[in-house]
Amino acid sequence: MDYELDFSESKVDLKIWKRLVAYGWRNKNLLFILIFGQLITALVDIAYPLMQQYAIDHFVVGKTTEGILGFALLYALLVILQGSSVAMFIITAGKLEMRVSYAIRDEAYYHLQKLSLSYYDRTPVGYLMARMISDVMRLSELVAWSLTDILWGIFYVIGCVISMFSLNWKLALTVLVVMPPLGVLCFFFQKKILKNQRIVRRTNSRITSAYNEGIMGAMTTKTLVREEKNTEEFKELSGTLKKAAIRSQVLSATFMPCVMILGSIGTSIALGKGSLEVLGSVITLGTLSAFISYTSQFFEPIQQIARIFAEMQTAQASAERVFNMMDTAIEVSDDPEVIEKYGDIFDAKTENWEEMEGHIEFRNVSFSYIPGEPILDDFSLDVKPGESIALVGETGAGKSTIVNLVCRFYEPTEGTILIDGRNYRERSQLWLEKNLGYMLQTPHLFSGTIRENIAYAKKDATIEEIRRAARMVHAEEFILKQKDGYDTQVGEGGLLLSTGQKQLICFARVVLANPKIFILDEATASIDTETEQYIQDAITTVLEGRTSFIVAHRLSTIRNSDRILLIDAGKIKEAGTHDELMEKKGAYYNLYTNQYREAAEESLLG
Amino acid sequence: MENKVRKGNFKLVWQMLYGYKRYLLIGSLAVVLSALAAYVSPIVTSFTIDYVLGGAEPSVPAFVMSFIESIGGREFLMNNILLCVVAFILFRLLDGIFVHIRGRSVAELSEGLAKTMRDRLYAHLQNVPYDYHKHVSTGDLIQRCTSDVETVRRFFGVQLLEIVRTLVVMTMTISIMSTIDVRMTLISMISFPFLIGVSFFYFRRVMNVFKEADEAEGILSNIVQENLTGVRVVRAFGQQKNEMDKFEEAHKTYSDLNFKLSKQMGVFWGGTDIMSYMQICITLSFATFFAARGELTVGNVMLFTSYAGMVMWPVRSLGRVLADMGRATVALGRLEEILEVPLEAEPGKAEQPDIIGDIVFDHVCFGYDYYDEVLKDISFTAKKGSTIAILGSTGSGKSSLVQLMQRLYQPTAGRITINGTDVNDIDAKYLRSKIGIVLQEPFLYSRSIMENIRIVDPSAPEEEVYDAAKTASVHDAIMGFEKGYDTLVGERGVTLSGGQQQRVAIARTLMQQTPILIFDDSMSAVDTETDAQIRKALKGRKGTNTMFIISHRITTLCEADKILVLEDGRLTQEGTHEELLAQDGLYRRIAVIQDMAGDEPAAN
Repeated sequence: MDYELDFSESKVDLKIWKRLVAYGWRNKNLLFILIFGQLITALVDIAYPLMQQYAIDHFVVGKTTEGILGFALLYALLVILQGSSVAMFIITAGKLEMRVSYAIRDEAYYHLQKLSLSYYDRTPVGYLMARMISDVMRLSELVAWSLTDILWGIFYVIGCVISMFSLNWKLALTVLVVMPPLGVLCFFFQKKILKNQRIVRRTNSRITSAYNEGIMGAMTTKTLVREEKNTEEFKELSGTLKKAAIRSQVLSATFMPCVMILGSIGTSIALGKGSLEVLGSVITLGTLSAFISYTSQFFEPIQQIARIFAEMQTAQASAERVFNMMDTAIEVSDDPEVIEKYGDIFDAKTENWEEMEGHIEFRNVSFSYIPGEPILDDFSLDVKPGESIALVGETGAGKSTIVNLVCRFYEPTEGTILIDGRNYRERSQLWLEKNLGYMLQTPHLFSGTIRENIAYAKKDATIEEIRRAARMVHAEEFILKQKDGYDTQVGEGGLLLSTGQKQLICFARVVLANPKIFILDEATASIDTETEQYIQDAITTVLEGRTSFIVAHRLSTIRNSDRILLIDAGKIKEAGTHDELMEKKGAYYNLYTNQYREAAEESLLG
Repeated sequence: MENKVRKGNFKLVWQMLYGYKRYLLIGSLAVVLSALAAYVSPIVTSFTIDYVLGGAEPSVPAFVMSFIESIGGREFLMNNILLCVVAFILFRLLDGIFVHIRGRSVAELSEGLAKTMRDRLYAHLQNVPYDYHKHVSTGDLIQRCTSDVETVRRFFGVQLLEIVRTLVVMTMTISIMSTIDVRMTLISMISFPFLIGVSFFYFRRVMNVFKEADEAEGILSNIVQENLTGVRVVRAFGQQKNEMDKFEEAHKTYSDLNFKLSKQMGVFWGGTDIMSYMQICITLSFATFFAARGELTVGNVMLFTSYAGMVMWPVRSLGRVLADMGRATVALGRLEEILEVPLEAEPGKAEQPDIIGDIVFDHVCFGYDYYDEVLKDISFTAKKGSTIAILGSTGSGKSSLVQLMQRLYQPTAGRITINGTDVNDIDAKYLRSKIGIVLQEPFLYSRSIMENIRIVDPSAPEEEVYDAAKTASVHDAIMGFEKGYDTLVGERGVTLSGGQQQRVAIARTLMQQTPILIFDDSMSAVDTETDAQIRKALKGRKGTNTMFIISHRITTLCEADKILVLEDGRLTQEGTHEELLAQDGLYRRIAVIQDMAGDEPAAN
């Protein structure tokens, strides 16, 4: 699914438009400038043929040059007036566009920072990106530029009609016959053109993916000897693009002449009927020339209006998606009293924060992601401050859920979780988060230097503190080998580093944050065996005095934990130290020995 | 970059236009004809007004006049004004038809050019040595293949004809006008040099702001992307406020730059509007002045003003096209750079011998040119049909070692032989089709799982695919998907887990049925049990297969006939599991860590 190129349309919904207009309305002054500027632009556009009419009737036919300088000056004045209003409306529309997009995007981003993780778990990042970047852009463009164009179009058409009617209403009426069919033709073509352009854009994005695949998969392609087949397939795709692009351009190349010809029928009516009336002295030559000018220009605004109407339906769909995102309810949020006391995520009242000890208690906690499918059922657990807990069990047993609940990424559907003896909902989310250290299976770095990444949660850390943290997790060795040491750029998403290196940096980041609660979620899976050994040592040091939860597949990594919990179907099946559980010869023992039995057999047989 | 921007030469474009040149001809012809028709219609109007209505001496060519005389002169036309109207519509119609033909030819020409460029680039990138891809950034390549192609297409396919059109229109204006009044002709063109100059310099300058704004957008979306993908990290450290600040800063820069852009646009369009209309003002005023003194007809006043209006747009855009020319040649240069990269060559005899037999590494050294040596003096023999396991830490050169066998890279010294033949003497494609390799981070094409597995031979029966998938222990997982084997993977489809990807890749390689199989740490994301299962299944299929397995897992390594230990590019240990356990070295250290050397579970 290509989220960027979602051009779906929806039925007209006034509520969405009202909301969109409200964003524009916040910049009332800009709107007024726009209206004013376009009014002037259109008025001057309408005045030009009248000036010409005057020139012909007064000077040419009247055979006098008297006052021609004044005429020229007036004309020049109009030109300057219009030029300035054009400059003004472009600048104003640009400003409006930026204000609207800034407001919507900022609000949306703000909301995204507050949305619960459950939302992120079910919404792909690509979808959100498309909403944040291209949809917002499309909307603000529509609000600013389409408004500008349509204002001009309407003013021009109205002015043109009024002007022609006041010159000669009969001739005006005759000439205007072409307007309705022109409108219909424009709307019909614009819709078709838009549709075809979208096909081209979609195909174009497939070409980009094809290049991406061709380059990213270069090694695989070579090993599979698929160069020729790939090229053939690509040629087919580029052929499709060519055909679609030609079709779209030919459509435009048909549209323009059709509009031109239909427009020139208006002009020819003016010419034919007007000439007769000139002969019959009903109108002057100047009036005829004015009519010819008007008729040869008025297809322009109609075409504009038609284009905007054609675009509106997709724009509405864009707006719908963006607003939906912004309206998504926040599932995990702090109560007003809590915010009152502890502040929210953007404005924390740290002076009221209590020091955390790290005592965590699950009291009869039940939880389900989908109603009716409980993951945890009446789960209780008491973790003393500074205790290290290892969670073991099969995928889906509920290990990650326990961790998610501790972090308050999700909240229990029933029961309570207490931190330091109080329901954790009585404190703010940020209070808990600031005391958390969390390491994920897939390390995530932000663009910037290694140093900035380590200091992510402690912006004011000194380089000494940063280095101490890095040394503690044995990361300094490889960091100093990088081109610029701690100031080496990690590249987008840490592209320039190996997974293991990224993992070490993440680890240093947690160490520097100095959290009370430490969570390792399969964090050592992608580190090679020798480095892992270092990290094991580091973990043991780092965990001193902190409450910790370790989720691990490799059982060898958790042997030093204070308590190992074997989780099965949301229940604690076994609990104890490694030695106790091995002694017990239960499920943990089986799991542990199973992991190595085959190898053991081999080595014994050997 | 800036000081050595390379400009492309037009020979390449001319070459790539092959097959589309007729559209260039037709297009140019249509440009000329439509301009002709467009220029005649105002003459019809002025003729009607001057001659038919006013009785003045018309300024049309003699043959037209004699034709008009023959049908009855002014009297006849006065009674049949409809004829003038028909003539007017006729010329507009002709104009329309030629505009259409021009549009069609431009479409064929530019899209044809674009297709040729795209195809050539793609084919070229498929056939350059793999080493090239290691050195260049994917983003840059893709940008060249998309936006640079677009720039070149627009310039050579579209804008070039616009230049032709502007020139035709200008010549025509000058020639028609000067037959009527030379003074007026000069007056009507007084602003052209300024207009062209201003738009040329404007568009050259504004390009930089465009680029800045583009970059700001890139930075902004990168920040959003990182925030969204790293949402757990952001939350776990309670960094929402800092993230918001970071975003707002970038957002502000982006907004400001875009606003700066519209300010410049506003000044440009407003300014050039003033220049253009001032030209019309001057033309109209002078024409009126001359007409009032009886030196010009009414019709010609209208003619001059409408010509002045008609020629203004092409003149204004001429400046822009000239400014774009610089960009187009730079873009072309960037494309040429890609096309000039030498294709993968055959260093030796390109034979196609039997690929069954001992594989010998004979004092092989290797390094990517910008690194230190990755492999140093590697020598060993892999007996036909044996399994070789390789252990080494990250960056020790394991992957390079196996990739050398496929000739994805060239050794810097020493040689590799298969059954006595130097791999450099074996046809690369043939060699690769006989050696199956599963990469550590396998790449799946964005198509269905079925198509991925039988990608080498799309006509392979489905049963074989199932067989391979079963051997790779991925059949059940695939059947668990809603659409089974028709599930789309890759960019547009579902994301498989790392282990699933590896297993699909294993199945795909098995379909090749090659005498040599290489697993480049390709079960790292598969759990130990499944790993063992796959290896057991492979044994059943093994036959004469020579296998190379790179792994960290002692459980995997210990089954091999020979284990190679690589440290820092050197082969430090070689032998069976037992032999290596008996030695003091990396292997035993790892084995101890992994509880293999008689730890409690084994003892129990």
